[in-house]
Amino acid sequence: MFATAVIVFREVLEAALIIGILAAATRSVPGRNRWLLGGLVAGLTGASLVAASTDVISSMASGVGQELLNAVILGIAVLMLAWHNIWMSSHGKALAISAKSVGSAIREGRQEHSVLLVVVGLAVLREGSETVLFLYGISATDGAGASSMLLGGVIGILAGVAVGYAMYAGLLRVPMRWFFAATGVLVLLLAAGMASQAAHYLIQADLLPSLAAPIWDTSAMLPENSIPGMLLHSLAGYDPRPAGMQLIFYALTLATIALGMKWANSSHAK
Amino acid sequence: MNVNLRLSPRYRRTAGTALATAAMLCVTAAIAADGEYALAIQDHRFQPAELVIPADKKIKLSVENRDATPEEFESHDLNREKIIAGKSTITIYVGPLTPGRYRFYGEYNEKTAQGVIVAQ
Repeated sequence: MFATAVIVFREVLEAALIIGILAAATRSVPGRNRWLLGGLVAGLTGASLVAASTDVISSMASGVGQELLNAVILGIAVLMLAWHNIWMSSHGKALAISAKSVGSAIREGRQEHSVLLVVVGLAVLREGSETVLFLYGISATDGAGASSMLLGGVIGILAGVAVGYAMYAGLLRVPMRWFFAATGVLVLLLAAGMASQAAHYLIQADLLPSLAAPIWDTSAMLPENSIPGMLLHSLAGYDPRPAGMQLIFYALTLATIALGMKWANSSHAK
Repeated sequence: MNVNLRLSPRYRRTAGTALATAAMLCVTAAIAADGEYALAIQDHRFQPAELVIPADKKIKLSVENRDATPEEFESHDLNREKIIAGKSTITIYVGPLTPGRYRFYGEYNEKTAQGVIVAQ
């Protein structure tokens, strides 16, 4: 039961943290809860579909369908997070200052909503499909252990959600003048980490060269399956044995979004 | 292999050359196949549990899941993870690796599904 809880927790954690951060980042966008919920439901539905068609997806694109799907999902999420962050750096402050914003802000707020829906949906889709498969595997194995393992699964999900919620509640305690800087940096790191993961899948599929792997090895010092390793992996894309190509993806994404935010911020200030 | 073996004396020499070329192609194919390795999962265990591969070479690894339940091939040492549906086979690219031992496991059945790739 404990082992099951740990595995499910690991899968749920990443999506829960992403949702926690996004929920906090969009706290002043009106009607955001409905969109978060919509993303969650869409993601869960998608996760079940992906889980049910795993063998079909795997055999697509001469055997690298799974990697391609993951890379595409991550790529879209990176674009959406980039857009969110750049949008927030030009409108976020205005939204925070007057919650009753003018018509144009609400209209733009609607676009922000769809971004939110997509990112949450994709995060749940990716992590959820693995959880669904794992739990299906357990329930398909008949035996007295199955029900106790399913209970472990539930505990794992609840623990993951709890960490996501703690992230959300913690962020809401950040004073307003640092709040957007804090969520902005978190979203930036999420996006860069996802870009590095996308590169990882493309290397695994032999579609990208690794450009020397690993560049370094910190697996003895900070293993990826330790609690701090897991958190750092989910939040900032920590990889104890990154390939050169992953680092390039990470740095490029980080630099591009940061420049976009700076540009949006200064053009809005004028 | 498309080697035409209907011989008239006149073309014997040509055929000989063709055969030699074909033989060379066979050798090349064997070298290519050399880069392909296979693992199987049965009763949540890897077979073989230890796989020796050449170091400093990229290889193609196929993993066949003979169990009915899904499994995730995972290795922190190799930086690889891939889901294998029940009764199906996946391929995964590994390396080039520096000589050493690289542990991998089945995440969904970690207790029994353990293995190691030895690069030498």
